Formats: sequence, C-alpha cells, structure tokens
Amino acid sequence: MTAFERAAGIHPPHDSPGYRSTARRHPSQPLILLPHGPTEVTGPLLGGRRPDPSDNDLTRQHSGEPQGQRIIVHGRVLAGGRPVRTTLVEVWQANAAGRYRHAADNWPAPIDPNFTGLGRILTDEDGRYSFTTIRPGAYPWGNHDNAWRPAHIHFSLLGEAFAQRLITQMYFPDDPLLALDPIFQSIPDERVRGRLVAGFDLAATKPEWALGYRFDIVLRGPEATPMEGDDHDD
Amino acid sequence: MTELTPAQTAGPFLHIGLLWPGGEYAVPAGTPAAFWLRGTVRDGNGDPVGDALIETWQIEPDAFARTPTRPDGTYAVHTVAPGPGYLDLSIHARGLLDRLVTRVYFTPDDFFTGLDPARRETLIAVPADDGFRFDIHLQGEHETVFFDV
Repeated sequence: MTAFERAAGIHPPHDSPGYRSTARRHPSQPLILLPHGPTEVTGPLLGGRRPDPSDNDLTRQHSGEPQGQRIIVHGRVLAGGRPVRTTLVEVWQANAAGRYRHAADNWPAPIDPNFTGLGRILTDEDGRYSFTTIRPGAYPWGNHDNAWRPAHIHFSLLGEAFAQRLITQMYFPDDPLLALDPIFQSIPDERVRGRLVAGFDLAATKPEWALGYRFDIVLRGPEATPMEGDDHDD
Repeated sequence: MTELTPAQTAGPFLHIGLLWPGGEYAVPAGTPAAFWLRGTVRDGNGDPVGDALIETWQIEPDAFARTPTRPDGTYAVHTVAPGPGYLDLSIHARGLLDRLVTRVYFTPDDFFTGLDPARRETLIAVPADDGFRFDIHLQGEHETVFFDV
C-alpha cells in the first residue's frame, strides 16, 4: 500500500475572509493529519455509474441548440506523471447568459430551454477527456458590492482513491474578473491559481464549428519514497 | 511537488452536476444488516447547512454514497458496518473552498484513541432507531474533528 503525496500549500484555506460564506463554515480547529490507510488509498472508481456516450455533448441534450459560443474543452487527468484511466469527470455550468438551471438561481438573466449544463465523461487509456458545450457567462453574486463571478465550469473528479477526490473550477484566459474574484484569489500562490485557467487551443478548434480550450488536471500521485543518496546537495 | 490542481468550492448549484438517483444507497435496499446513517450538518451559528453534498466511502465491503443535505441540514446514507470499524466522509458545499473530511467510527481503533479525548467523541456514530446518528458541526463549540487527508 502506497500513501499519496501531500498537497500542502496547494488548496485554498477554508478560512478565506474575502469569500464571505466561509465565515461560519470553516473549522476553527486545525485539521488533523490523517495517515493514509486502506480506506484512503482506495476509492469508488466509477461508483457504479457509467455515463452515456452522449453525456459529453452539452449542446445536444434538448430538441434545439443552446444559445452561445460553442466550445470544445479537453485535457488529460494525470497523477504522479501517469494518466488516470477510465475515471469519471463530471462538469456543470451556467448557460451563455450566466444563469444556472437551478431553483436557487433567480437573477434576471434568461433560462435557456435548450441547456441543462451537466456533462459526464470517462477518461480514456491516456487519461484524456473531451466535451462540447457553450461558453458560460459571468454572473453576479451577493458576496460584496458589484461582485461578479468570472465565467467558469465546475469539475468533479473521483480519481482512483478517496485521497485523490477533487472538486474545482476551470476558468477562461484573459478574463478581467479573475483579478477581482475572491474564490479564484483564495488560492494563495499565483502560479497555482494559474493552473485553473484553461489555454486557448487552436489545434483543438474545429473550423466553422467550435473554439478549443485545453485544461489538464493533476491529482495527487503516490508519495515519493526517499532514495538512498538523496541527502546530498547538488 | 508536481503541478497539482488546486480545489475550488462546489458552490450553491452543485446539485446540477453531482446528484445521482439513489445516491444515498451505499448498499442496495434489502442488504442484510444494512442500516441508515443519519445526521444534521450545522454551521458555526448552529444553523442547518441545507446546500451541502455528503459523500461516504468505506471498504469491506467497498461502498460509496453521495447525497445532498435537505433544507433542514439533514442527510441519510444507507450502508453496512465497514470492516475497519470506520468510514470516511466528505462534505462539499458553498463556503467550503475545499472539501472537509471526517471519519465516522463504529468501532474505535488505535488512531482514534490517540486523538484528543475532549474532541474525539464527535467522530462516534451513535446508535439510533434505524441505525446510527452522526451530526456534523462545521465550526464552534461542538466542532467535528476534520482531517488533512
């Protein structure tokens, strides 16, 4: 049994005052280090849920096409430098106007009857995933005066082990709202934050059809075992 | 450290992406010795957290559940006793920039015994009518022990 590497300094702190909802929801006591045992190094894999092949196209889930800029989002899921194969990627997002199809979202932007905003994809043997959707819109939220969330797509990954479970958000390049967003900015290290910004990908762009974006995801890999002779400084 | 991808909150609309029909059944209805694990999630004000997602993972047998909290903060998972005596539980929600992880103990082990006696009781599944009760306090006087997994 191999433990997974630790992610110190990577994830945002639970207590993040700029994001107001953390105020009464963050633990006040420090987290206690949990050594990885057989429960943490195993996981639900597919959880018994295999998506339909059509679940990777969010523009074809209704009788008509949704409004908005059609895009293709693709990338690889990796851990410890190796592909994470046949793992479930779940995505959800707002429509082109920035409205979620959710009872709790009621700001005055239109619902799109042809857009649900849910996709499910399995990675292939190289850890690759790809889905077609429309670019989501930015939307206002009540966090502070004139607060707007940058356009984003939510990603959920089960990985291969409980220790690898990850929920995150993918953003778009050159979005001026990123600099103002307390959720994106909650990640302390600028270079680490940058990993959540997809790259425009001309090679994945389909002529006369859709813009391409690339978003790779790196989950925790096996903990590095110290090698003999590693203790000298080069 | 490799180029690990950082977490972000699942947000208030996680239900669009993460609900599975029957997701609360870690084991199917009718499984021998199955029971309900029920609880309420509360914030630092003692208010119910009605927009969270609870996920449980256990081994012996392998079983996974995923279920949203109801508006009154309650959740319920249908499962059986895990071989090691505990299961792992994740909470995802608006206001949680990364998941919170705790353990639900049915049988204490050495790791449990090594925890602060004043706080470790928050990890015990309490026998109830149709199974066990496990309330979760994100913050405050009765704060649940959460782990850096």
